[in-house]
Amino acid sequence: MRPFEYRRATKPSDISAADRIIAGGTNILDLMKLEVEVPAQIIDINPLGMTEISEIDGGLRIGAMVRNTDCAADARVRRDYPLLARAILAGASPQLRNRATTGGNLCQRTRCSYFMQPEARCNKRDPGTGCDALHGVNRSHAIFGASENCIATYPGDMAVALLALGASVEILGRTGTRSVPIGDFHRLPEHQPAKDNLLEPGELISSVTLPPAMGGAQIYRKVRDRSSFAFALVSVAAAITIADGRIRHAALAFGSVAHKPWQDPAVETALVGQEPSLKLFAQAADLLVGKAKAQSGNAFKIPLLRRALIAVLSEATNTEA
Amino acid sequence: MFGTFDSPDQRNLLDRTGQGIIGKGLDRPEAGLKVTGRATYAAEYRPENCADGVLVTATVAQGKILQIESEKIEALPGVLGIFTDKLMLRRPAQGTAGRAPAQDPRQIEYHGQPLALVVAETFEQAMHAAKALCITYERHHDVPYDPETAPSEPAEKPIILGDLDEAMANAAHKVDATYETAGHASAAMEPHASIASWQGDDLTIWGSFQMISHNVKELADALRIAPKRVRILSPYVGGGFGSKLGISHDAVAAALAAKALGRPVRVVLTRQQVFTTIMRRSETRQRLRLAADGDGRLTGLGHEAWVSNLPQESFAEPVTQATQFLYGGENRKLCVNIARISRLTAGSVRAPGEAVGMQALEAAMDELAERAGLDPIELRKRNLPSSEPGKDRPYSSRMLAEALDQGAAAFGWHERQPKPCMTREGEWWIGLGVASAARVNMLMPAAARVRLEPDGSLLVQSDQTDIGTGSYAILGQIAGEMLGVPIERVRVELGDSELPSGAGSGGSFGASSTGSAVFRACEAIRDRLAHRLGARSDRLDLRNGIASSGERSAPVAELLRGYALEEIGRIKPGKTQIDYAQASYGAFFCEVAVNAFTAETRIRRLLGVFGFGRVLNQKTARSQCLGGMVWGIGSALSEELSFDLRDGRLMNHDLEQYHLPVHADIPDLDVILLEERDTAASPLQAKGVGELGICGTAGAIANAVYNACGVRAYSFPITPDRLIDRLPEPLT
Repeated sequence: MRPFEYRRATKPSDISAADRIIAGGTNILDLMKLEVEVPAQIIDINPLGMTEISEIDGGLRIGAMVRNTDCAADARVRRDYPLLARAILAGASPQLRNRATTGGNLCQRTRCSYFMQPEARCNKRDPGTGCDALHGVNRSHAIFGASENCIATYPGDMAVALLALGASVEILGRTGTRSVPIGDFHRLPEHQPAKDNLLEPGELISSVTLPPAMGGAQIYRKVRDRSSFAFALVSVAAAITIADGRIRHAALAFGSVAHKPWQDPAVETALVGQEPSLKLFAQAADLLVGKAKAQSGNAFKIPLLRRALIAVLSEATNTEA
Repeated sequence: MFGTFDSPDQRNLLDRTGQGIIGKGLDRPEAGLKVTGRATYAAEYRPENCADGVLVTATVAQGKILQIESEKIEALPGVLGIFTDKLMLRRPAQGTAGRAPAQDPRQIEYHGQPLALVVAETFEQAMHAAKALCITYERHHDVPYDPETAPSEPAEKPIILGDLDEAMANAAHKVDATYETAGHASAAMEPHASIASWQGDDLTIWGSFQMISHNVKELADALRIAPKRVRILSPYVGGGFGSKLGISHDAVAAALAAKALGRPVRVVLTRQQVFTTIMRRSETRQRLRLAADGDGRLTGLGHEAWVSNLPQESFAEPVTQATQFLYGGENRKLCVNIARISRLTAGSVRAPGEAVGMQALEAAMDELAERAGLDPIELRKRNLPSSEPGKDRPYSSRMLAEALDQGAAAFGWHERQPKPCMTREGEWWIGLGVASAARVNMLMPAAARVRLEPDGSLLVQSDQTDIGTGSYAILGQIAGEMLGVPIERVRVELGDSELPSGAGSGGSFGASSTGSAVFRACEAIRDRLAHRLGARSDRLDLRNGIASSGERSAPVAELLRGYALEEIGRIKPGKTQIDYAQASYGAFFCEVAVNAFTAETRIRRLLGVFGFGRVLNQKTARSQCLGGMVWGIGSALSEELSFDLRDGRLMNHDLEQYHLPVHADIPDLDVILLEERDTAASPLQAKGVGELGICGTAGAIANAVYNACGVRAYSFPITPDRLIDRLPEPLT
């Protein structure tokens, strides 16, 4: 770990463009020990509060510093957004969730092994050096939206649920606040893989807002190599409502398949208004994975995602195989 | 008087002693210290003025160092020195080597090899400086990294009996299948660590070791000093799993730096360095050929394996070790081939040989049972030879058939559907599988001192280590039982090289070997007490501090007359090791669920039934079995060292990315211990148990996966990607 300057923020305007923000520290400390991250200045935002979950306009505002454990345990979250609670509890371990924050979780970095090894070539870590993952060990990498510059995935669970739930991210900057749909918050690598999301230097996530609950079935399915403490191979977040025997609303998001939580409106459109059936689900799943492109070592993710989506839709609509 | 173990000890003395503590599931005496954080592990000693060293490792796989830019680093705060001594280790030492492994780190042989040690006043300063050190390399190209494409040679002379090809051609039922198992990390909880401190020419090392008497020699040889100058202290070891059988980079580097700086130096490997610089278990490819007659009796057995290691390493994963003695089949071909590649050193990791060899053999046996139309248990029982094939020596004892039968009854094996894909619960296919367990038994040279104090209490001493296995508990139980001393009055001191040399912890031999040395020391003390009582020692009864024989009786303290009685007991392997095929046996029964959609495999139940001679402590033996079974689950389902074939770089070098089983992966485990006396194995009638729990587990799991979903696993671990293409379509 490189020596660094540490400050505690007392107000948001203490944060400068040169600062790297630390909240729960569950990811950045590991990366600093590996010298994947080498910030000269660290600012600790724990004194800034932002620890409340409050009701707004029929929805919820979750402060950026709400710990994952507290968010997943909140009665309103559990009642109205069980998808969010389940996704959070599918990640990490209790000890990590006790530290990890809502804002920090959104900003966690990829677990691409080449990104995590400073001597490997990585455009995300050291722009312009190349991508060793492209022809290397890329079992866990992207099947959607990758570029030749980066095939890493966003590894988290919570953001995938938030995407299916239609959440927005409130960002606080020097010139005020702005709100972006979570689907726009994370970005695809394109020519700038170093940039994970829309946050500009000096900006801070202040909260995440959820629209009014839509009811229906909410499912988070995380497929992984072991039962706990493993990142998803693929994950599916689904919020489905049925009316008069037909799918009234379908919100789907997919994790560990792209540089950002993945969404495909065409798949949702194909489901809405239809009677649930295995045939319909297979068609929707085929539509989704028809656009997937495997890397050299992760072709299995395509049938896996297809089957996982069919399983989730079946479970959500009580459709028997 | 005491020496080699040449003929079975049929006195079964421990069944006639009266203290009643041998075999009991007594708590480990050091357990309280460990669970409250008061047991001191290697890196936790605090000698005065101790500096911290951090190793710098290679970022190329083969080449040599052109330049180390040390000047800038030496100027960093707290930095005391940068060491690139020729005596530093290039590779870790193999188990029982007793001499230094390859030295001189300037020649680079694998990605991640330690090259230099940076020492500073604090750990943080040393780490920072180590990361900042700039090294330029001359990089070699055309280096072999892939065992599949590198040339291989036989590791030793193949065992060829009869004509396997002909047996296969004439077989009524046969299997010819190739299995692949991934490389494994030992992944002990305590990282390798050493604190070195010199007093003149004498070196003290607080370290984390499994076999201290060998480690002293290795360290002395590496440092070019006399073994008597080296003292190792290793009273508590946080797991080794083979990786601490021999010395590693930390100890030598710490000793050299401490000498140069004139103050103690501590070197602790980072978790990543433990993965990239210590022992790996080789990946394996194994071709199994089984030929059987119409009754399912084996007529031919082929087990050919391909493994890998660095050039010149003599260790080749002994994949066929149990295949040599477990089942019949007169026509045989057993061999291990080794490819020389540039990856970190391969060596002993958790039951070398059987852990992965039994995995494939038992999967192939399941396939044969299906083809022969036999229950897998019946097939195994039909193929238990009366003497070891090719050697015609008897089995010292073998509880395999009993383990299969008792396990079947306890597990409800009769509920198994003989055909796959018959049981579905929601999204999950359910299946049952069985496998045999077998692991060779070894008696190793060992010595121990037992001292009966004037007050009748006992002190047991050996350099034997306790790597979390229960050595403290069982050595105390043996001595207390033999000399009639309540366990509260028995003290055990271990892990100090100044004490008599035990067998060390490895190959499941620590308890029976060092335990036998304790036993023999106690026998000598019994003789002397019998003499003082005026009785024959075989008629002497010792319990709760009273010696008696017939009408005669006296408090032991009285017989001691104010002086201690002290004896050193010794044992060496002798003719019994040659005259008998010796192994521990058992059976595994597993129920798995395989997700019909996502191909995730989860264990529902796992039972192990084991016979390994006398059980010295019910609790520690059971814990050993449980731990082995957990490793077996890892080997079957999740553990896999992943290398980049372009440069030999290990990609998953921490506990997040290298998937050991977590609690949620371990459901209902159960263990049944079969009481047995193996008179040829040791004077204790005990065999090894430490590794038995892993030897075949993964085979039972693979067989259960097949029974569940109809897909045979030929590549381990059975992660979803290895199943999904062959799983039945879930929608039909």
